[in-house]
Amino acid sequence: MSISYSIQFINLLASLLLLIAFAMLSQRRILSLINLFAWQGLVLSLSTFVVAYSTGQHHLYYSAALTLLLKVLLLPWLLHRLMRKLNVRWDVETLINIPTTMLVGIGLVIFSFNLAAPISQLSESITRGLIGIALASVLLSLLMMLTRRKAIPQVVGFLAMENGLFFAATSATHGMPLVVELGIALDVLVATFIFGIFFFQIRETFDSLDISHMEKLKDD
Amino acid sequence: MIDLQLLALLLTPLLGGLLLAVFGARSWAAELNSVMSFCTFIAAVVLTIRVIDSGPQVAFGEEFFIDQFNVFLVALTAFVAFTTSLFSRPYMRIEQHHGKLTTPMLHLYYSMYQMFTLAMLVALTSNNMGIIWVAMEAATLTTVLLVSLYRTPASIEAAWKYFILCGVGIALALFGTILLYFAAERVIGDGGTALLWTHLNEVKAGLEPTVLKLAFVFLLVGYGTKIGLVPLHSWLPDAHAEGPTPVSAVLSGLLLNVALCAVMRSKVLVDGALGSGVAGGSHFAGNLMMGFGLLSVIVGALFLSRQKDIKRMFAYSSIEHMGLVTFAFGMGGPVATFAAMLHMTVHSLTKSAIFFAVGHAVQKAGTQQMENIRGMMQVSPTVGWGLMLGTLSILGMPPFGVFASEFLIITTAMHDYPWTTPFLLAALGIAFAAIFGKVQPIVFGETTARRLPHQPALIPVFAHLLLVLILGLYMPPYLADWYRQAAALLGG
Repeated sequence: MSISYSIQFINLLASLLLLIAFAMLSQRRILSLINLFAWQGLVLSLSTFVVAYSTGQHHLYYSAALTLLLKVLLLPWLLHRLMRKLNVRWDVETLINIPTTMLVGIGLVIFSFNLAAPISQLSESITRGLIGIALASVLLSLLMMLTRRKAIPQVVGFLAMENGLFFAATSATHGMPLVVELGIALDVLVATFIFGIFFFQIRETFDSLDISHMEKLKDD
Repeated sequence: MIDLQLLALLLTPLLGGLLLAVFGARSWAAELNSVMSFCTFIAAVVLTIRVIDSGPQVAFGEEFFIDQFNVFLVALTAFVAFTTSLFSRPYMRIEQHHGKLTTPMLHLYYSMYQMFTLAMLVALTSNNMGIIWVAMEAATLTTVLLVSLYRTPASIEAAWKYFILCGVGIALALFGTILLYFAAERVIGDGGTALLWTHLNEVKAGLEPTVLKLAFVFLLVGYGTKIGLVPLHSWLPDAHAEGPTPVSAVLSGLLLNVALCAVMRSKVLVDGALGSGVAGGSHFAGNLMMGFGLLSVIVGALFLSRQKDIKRMFAYSSIEHMGLVTFAFGMGGPVATFAAMLHMTVHSLTKSAIFFAVGHAVQKAGTQQMENIRGMMQVSPTVGWGLMLGTLSILGMPPFGVFASEFLIITTAMHDYPWTTPFLLAALGIAFAAIFGKVQPIVFGETTARRLPHQPALIPVFAHLLLVLILGLYMPPYLADWYRQAAALLGG
């Protein structure tokens, strides 16, 4: 595979990443949301692999493998398990105003591209210009967290945000040092476990995973 | 040698965490917690003496870096972590006696307490901007279950808010770190060294200014969420009010400082890249910090008078004081930086002392609502005096150390940025009226309080206040030198 092919391939994967971020924004079924998250992880892992292959950065192979293991297999499996245990497998969330959310999302994408434009011009790595897409998917996940009223979709948004950040790390740079990546992966894993504990605590206390019950603490 | 001393500092809380994970349910877990915290404190003292004697140094293949700036925070963190463990011993037993906590909850508390100390120490001493991020996130993860320790609806809500908001904030900080790495890679090249702060510091003048500016915005917003800068502060009062009091004390006294330390590390790099301090350079990072800082001081002060919950009120006071420190660091220059570090020290000591006294006052009154806590002086003169003196100290009354640092900050502001002075003075005045007016009837007046089943631990309260008093009356020359050197390292 020559360099130009791999650039095109990475660009294709980047657009897929962004597309999945939009799909997550409008997905009502929580189960499908988790599957979308797994697909996003797969795209991320593939693109890391291609960057590793075309630049010859060996440690990126490890991070591609780590992404595959953590974000495609382990985390979705954990989330599926949690949904089974909490008996919310077929939960559907009522989302109001999907068109407006999508429009805001498009605005965010334009904003991130503008913000990243001066940086992209500096990039010498083969994947220049992708930092805008990475920032856009981070902000889209953030938007998703804001629009959701249930605990599990918020957590999926949190994890998807981490996907976007990871994509930024591999696309703008040649990946962070391995020790940092391992640390981040560990943090994400521990965070997911703690989120799991929280789901049970929330359900036990509020009888539902709807966090709109949790608006008592306010300054009056 | 330095490797060994650092290893002792980091391994002690790790060992403590592991031991308490196993033995946390035993009756002597509280004592073990204090002993481990004491050992950490000793290790911190040894390390501090070493760094003061022989200057900044790197350890473990440059993965860790210790200079006068972070070693002072290491010493402070280890000290307050130790005194808080002393305070929490009787406090948590009383909570258990009142039926608010069970043994498994205490088990979780003790082991997480040590792990939290470890995370803060790693965040302070790491030389790697990426590891600093990882440790900051770890500090959130270890405390989030402590905030929801009581399992009340309000505490779970507070912990969820804390988790989500700090998680989002810290994710933005990671983006900032990635941008920093991106800029560094172009100068230093690929490989592990491009995130090491000491290397970045050497080449900071060559880093791309546009990228660093953007990186700093993300880093400040990200870590600023942790510092509790307005408008990113909304998790802070909830987490402080709903968590157990020892956790409020360490969150307010220590974690906020650690996050600020990470911001200052980034600021040094950005200042270098933008050439601020030199004529014609841009003061971008400083201005941004001044803006956030000033806003936090004002909003923090305005919210004080509306609070009904005593821990919530002191949480807003933390927002105000961290805003003041951020503002002072933003101004830059030797005096302001010196004052900011002094203020970090005295604020940590005073605020944790206040939380200790508040904790026992709340236990005696059985409520956190200020209108129902009355006449502490009658029930327990020590709690009453601790609360009163702590309040006077945090409000910047002479002769306490807070007065000295606030005085330095405000005179520098008058000189360099005169237009900010009225805002600062007004905010401090409002804070005084609000806090003093509410604490006064709590301390004096008729009481409704009850006796406690265990003797409260009030030595830490007075030890902290004594230190703050000494810092206000007389600063030993070596300490002043130490702060001055640290201020010089921050480009002051």
